[in-house]
Amino acid sequence: MNSAKYVFGKTLRMISLLIALCIVSFILVKNSPIDPVQAYIGADMMRVSEEQREQIAENWGLDKPPVEQFFNWAGAIVKGDFGSSMIYREPVIDVIGKRFAASLALMGVAWVLSGIFGFIMGIVAGMNQGKLIDRAIKWYCLTLAATPTFWLGLILLMIFSVGLGWFPIGLGVPVGVLSENVTLSEKLYHLILPALTLSIVGVANIALHTRQKLLDVLASDYVLFARANGESGFGLVWKHGLRNISLPAVTLQFASFSELFGGSVLAEQVFSYPGLGQATVQAGLRGDVPLLLGIVLISAVFVFTGNLIGDIICSVVDPRIKEGRSSV
Amino acid sequence: MNSYNNIKNTQNNQPGYLDKGLSQPLSAPKDELLLVEDLSVAFVQYQKGLKQRNLEVICDLDVSVKSGEIVAVVGSSGSGKSLLAHAILGILPSNAKVSGTISYNGEALTVERQKLLRGNQISLIPQSVNYLDPLMRVGQQVQNTIKTKDAKAVQEQLFKRYHLSEAAGVLYPFQLSGGMARRVLVATAVSGGARLIIADEPTPGLHPEVVAETLSHLKELASQGCGVMMITHDIEAAMKIADRIAVFYAGTTLELAPIEDFKDRGEALRHPYTKALWMALPENDFKPIPGFQPTPADLPSGCLFEPRCQLRTAECSADRPEMRDLRGGKVRCIHAT
Repeated sequence: MNSAKYVFGKTLRMISLLIALCIVSFILVKNSPIDPVQAYIGADMMRVSEEQREQIAENWGLDKPPVEQFFNWAGAIVKGDFGSSMIYREPVIDVIGKRFAASLALMGVAWVLSGIFGFIMGIVAGMNQGKLIDRAIKWYCLTLAATPTFWLGLILLMIFSVGLGWFPIGLGVPVGVLSENVTLSEKLYHLILPALTLSIVGVANIALHTRQKLLDVLASDYVLFARANGESGFGLVWKHGLRNISLPAVTLQFASFSELFGGSVLAEQVFSYPGLGQATVQAGLRGDVPLLLGIVLISAVFVFTGNLIGDIICSVVDPRIKEGRSSV
Repeated sequence: MNSYNNIKNTQNNQPGYLDKGLSQPLSAPKDELLLVEDLSVAFVQYQKGLKQRNLEVICDLDVSVKSGEIVAVVGSSGSGKSLLAHAILGILPSNAKVSGTISYNGEALTVERQKLLRGNQISLIPQSVNYLDPLMRVGQQVQNTIKTKDAKAVQEQLFKRYHLSEAAGVLYPFQLSGGMARRVLVATAVSGGARLIIADEPTPGLHPEVVAETLSHLKELASQGCGVMMITHDIEAAMKIADRIAVFYAGTTLELAPIEDFKDRGEALRHPYTKALWMALPENDFKPIPGFQPTPADLPSGCLFEPRCQLRTAECSADRPEMRDLRGGKVRCIHAT
């Protein structure tokens, strides 16, 4: 009963979020200087007459009032029709599907690495509060938290690709190889530097939060009592610390999908990595409205899903929420 | 409670503090299980810039507990009572400086001995359920404190002894009722076969029945030969079970009196503060003591109670009075007779 209510509430929230997002994005695009007909015609501009342009506009319903245009578009979206991308000349859904798969590999690697290393760094810093190692980790995290992703990407490119020549300058696959001949190791090879960029920036958040949470736990009454009962050192942190800091860390890590996505937009641009982030930039710069709107909606679902997973894990694992709900 | 946590950390001054001058055997009589003499606890605090100062929260405290005896340490909130418990157990924060002597069973209680004894011979009954790990089942937490192999069996026995059902073991702290929480905390404290039990504020804001039950647990432990130090602000709860009462004020003990002296209009009591405290109870005069307890940063130079005392003379503000024996108790007042 309760969990059904929970799922229903979350679904409702998601739907209302998407509706609001559709309205806002539509208004923004409608008022942007992009002329969809112009964007569609592109290079063929000289060969298309004024009358033909009007015909295109009429065919698309651009002469109708904005509210009616919105409902036409929203109606198609509900049916799953996101339209065709103008720059890739493919259905938007296909473009996003392909791009998303590439981005997912990049973001997944970065997410796992930053989660694990950030958590470990946070624990090490928290256990050694005020010591050199703690100050070093804190300094590192604060510096990175203030570092733009694209700048770090550029630095890594300059050092490891240009200077040392260890990694490719960019792209997701080698140049001049047919796509069916690209091996997995070549794909991984191209993935390392962008993933590293995202991971290095990503650890700051989780490490600093974990550190603070561990300090709170160590200063808590229950740790004091555990010490009074003869527990000490690493055993104490292991028994009481990990238990109490891993939940917030996991929740935080799932809630960081939005930063991850934002970071991948920048990193993919720097590394010319053919993922969703790069497609976003292209769609924006070249006025590909259907693709841009499609990406906005899909990324919203992506971020929302992350938060939702965090919520669910928290409520399934934390006894105060799980058993609290069933006993009340 | 953790009010001292906001004081900045400095280097660890704690280890070895009790070792100084302990080569000589202490003057402790054999029957004293715990003897605390001239205990002071101070915290290093940073003021403006890099100026440091020592904030003395406990100074020159004396108290003792015999086997089979309940000694109540009674004092108002914020007088540093909990720190006394933490000092005995050796779980003060690292920026605390401790001086004076604590001896257990006739031998000095050094940092090493504290580590060895806490959780088994010396144990703490904490104030509230907040002292249990919120994410661990309480049965497991009791088992954690048991060092022997048959931890689970011992825990089940303990639960039976304290009328906790078997199902209570799989509950989390937030699911316990006030009374159950008290019983779990007591069970945790006695799990290691403790001989000295320090109960820190064991009856805060509890239902009268639960208070009575908690006090009966302490009484039972004492009758089995444990020494019990009960730290409380509840003088009435202390009166019900204690054999002696130590009156705690502004970080020190002003008087140690047998329970029989707390009667009538307090004529048998020694210190003016104790008398005033006794007369302030609702069933006596219900008359408050004017003034406030001084804060650790702002202690009077002489007797700590001097600013509020009705018997004060010029000599009172000159020096801190020594603890002296008087009529079967102890008192820290030059005018007490």
